[in-house]
Amino acid sequence: MNIIIPIKQVPETSNVKMDPETGTMIREGLVSIINPLDLFAIELGIVLQEEAGGSTTVLSMGPPKAAEALREAMAMGCTDGILLSDRKFAGSDTWATSYALAQAIRKNGDFDLVICGERATDGDTGQVGPGIAAWLDLPVATYVSRLVENRPGSLVVERLVEDGYETLEVEKPCVLTVVKEAAYPRLPTLRGKQRARKTELPVWGAVDIDADPAALGLKGSPTRVVKINTPKVTRSGDIRTAGDPAELEAAVDDLVAYLEKIDLV
Amino acid sequence: MQDYSGVWILAEQRHGTVQTISYELLTRGRALADTLGVPLAAVILGPTDDAGLDELIRRGADRVIIADAPELAEFLPEPYTRTMAHLVKTHQPEIIIAGATSSGRTLMPLLAITCHAGLTADCTGLDIEDETGNLLQTRPAIGGNIMATIKSPAHRPQMATVRPKSTRPAPADPARTGALIRETIDPELLKSRVKRLGFTPADADAANIQEAEVVVAGGRGLKKGDNFGLINALAALLGGAVGASRDAVDRGWIGYPHQVGLSGKTVSPKLYLCAGVSGSIQHLAGIKTSENIIAVNSNPEAQIFQVANYGIVGDLFEVLPLLIDKIKAKQAATAATV
Ligand SMILES: Cc1cc2nc3c(=O)[nH]c(=O)nc-3n(C[C@H](O)[C@H](O)[C@H](O)COP(=O)(O)OP(=O)(O)OC[C@H]3O[C@@H](n4cnc5c(N)ncnc54)[C@H](O)[C@@H]3O)c2cc1C
Ligand SMILES: Cc1cc2nc3c(=O)[nH]c(=O)nc-3n(C[C@H](O)[C@H](O)[C@H](O)COP(=O)(O)OP(=O)(O)OC[C@H]3O[C@@H](n4cnc5c(N)ncnc54)[C@H](O)[C@@H]3O)c2cc1C
Repeated sequence: MNIIIPIKQVPETSNVKMDPETGTMIREGLVSIINPLDLFAIELGIVLQEEAGGSTTVLSMGPPKAAEALREAMAMGCTDGILLSDRKFAGSDTWATSYALAQAIRKNGDFDLVICGERATDGDTGQVGPGIAAWLDLPVATYVSRLVENRPGSLVVERLVEDGYETLEVEKPCVLTVVKEAAYPRLPTLRGKQRARKTELPVWGAVDIDADPAALGLKGSPTRVVKINTPKVTRSGDIRTAGDPAELEAAVDDLVAYLEKIDLV
Repeated sequence: MQDYSGVWILAEQRHGTVQTISYELLTRGRALADTLGVPLAAVILGPTDDAGLDELIRRGADRVIIADAPELAEFLPEPYTRTMAHLVKTHQPEIIIAGATSSGRTLMPLLAITCHAGLTADCTGLDIEDETGNLLQTRPAIGGNIMATIKSPAHRPQMATVRPKSTRPAPADPARTGALIRETIDPELLKSRVKRLGFTPADADAANIQEAEVVVAGGRGLKKGDNFGLINALAALLGGAVGASRDAVDRGWIGYPHQVGLSGKTVSPKLYLCAGVSGSIQHLAGIKTSENIIAVNSNPEAQIFQVANYGIVGDLFEVLPLLIDKIKAKQAATAATV
């Protein structure tokens, strides 16, 4: 089974600092990581390949630095990596990003499965996975929370929806996007790291993937970001301190009164 | 581009019943259509109760376009995308908005590629740009740290998904009338390489969290999974659902369907009561539109207090048991008097 896993390198955003003046992210000192959900895609890919043989190719579009993310995925056990890097890709929205990734997947040759993360933590649209499926005209299952069975011509998966889990059978080749219940990501091993360092990592540009230049980068992107600002959310509430038993008693009594006022007790 | 006119909302049905998200989209769509001075259509795929179709008109649609082929009863990516692409080609709307639901967030990117259109994800604000009439779409990004405004000036239709519960459902006006247009879809378009084999409902509580009038949530301050018992007990007393921060979910204390926030569910209950939750920007992104927010946290500096209507700075292991006792006492007293 040949599996392609598109992964994105993202800034570690759990304690991101914003510049209040400009509304932009302070990138200084920010660590880049593999998009957290992509770790689940990588794990699922490796598990399937371990069972069925074949290859797992991680693919990332980004600056040269994104090679780090690919090497890390290879250290976890992915067999191959491809870096898509070219100035012409800069400023791509999800339409242009999924086009470039789909072209690279085509170019790479036969495959049975593409596994994406459901969404990336920075752009956070969740549109690239289905976008790739549309470009390649493949069936897609999004929000996959579990792989149930790998059948000869199809995959049976569970898909997380608002009120439960759908069980779907998807014909191969296909595209999956995964949520975090899908697998339990392993850590890179020392041997994996050594192997990853030695494996060749091809870098492809626009020409290598036979891309239509008009469909790439900012020029090829239908959407434009026109404004960015930092949101503020505040309410001025009644905040009570329950330092001693008397304060606790009073604060809880007033809380019950509040609930009564809004008709909940 | 000039050939594209009119605003569409993509209504959703489940087992033939129109879903609330459709009415929220009508609120958005009506405002956009009125600003532009164009008609508003609700598009709905799959067999749907007549009463539901009427309700779409009463709540703001000028037209309802329905493709009621049985193959469209459940969401399947390919038949839905091909049907929508066909309808877009036939009717040429300038704007299409859908819910940022599991189906909307799958269908819209597929459709956007097919139609060569720009698509903005998970919007919390939609507006029309004065001079140009372009759709201005505002959405949180980078972990909710920023709000970005996006437009697609040179492509039609302009497409967006809208966060569920980010606006109120449009009210019904019994006097409103409108047209119902039934579309017949070529069976070729309805073929699917994805088959739906079955469905397992989530535990009822997790499923209801977005609809619940009361949500009681716990975070890392609970210290261990067993202590969710306190949250469950309080939720049961108030007839509410149980929510959690991502930290609590990541620790395996409670399932992911209960997660509230940017990468979980958005809730908009009458009461959101949380304990041991710090109020990270990502958590707040999921609770902002709640009517009343009550927080219990031992740290007076916790961010959650900035959005709380009522807060108690204290130990949740003291506050919650006392609160549970007092509510029980109150309910017993009320029951005794009636
Ligand atoms: C503030 C802001 C808001 C934006 N809003 C929009 C918008 O509303 N609409 C829009 O079209 N564009 C938008 N963009 C542009 C968009 O973020 C980029 O196109 C980005 O490269 C891909 O989108 P994402 O991060 O949303 O990925 P997602 O679609 O969330 O990623 C899902 C999965 O796709 C794969 N993937 C994504 N990117 C790559 C990559 N570069 N290489 C390999 N695999 C990848 C990964 O498996 C990932 O888990 C926005 C950008 C910014 C900065
Ligand atoms: C891209 C991205 C998406 C995310 N999405 C989400 C999301 O959807 N939902 C979400 O919740 N988070 C999300 N997060 C994570 C978020 O940043 C926080 O890490 C998380 O919300 C913290 O959870 P918490 O409040 O339970 O834990 P903490 O921040 O550790 O807070 C615990 C709180 O408990 C209080 N406490 C401790 N003991 C007691 C006691 N005895 N009595 C009372 N109070 C006590 C502490 O004072 C503290 O304020 C996301 C992060 C990123 C980067």
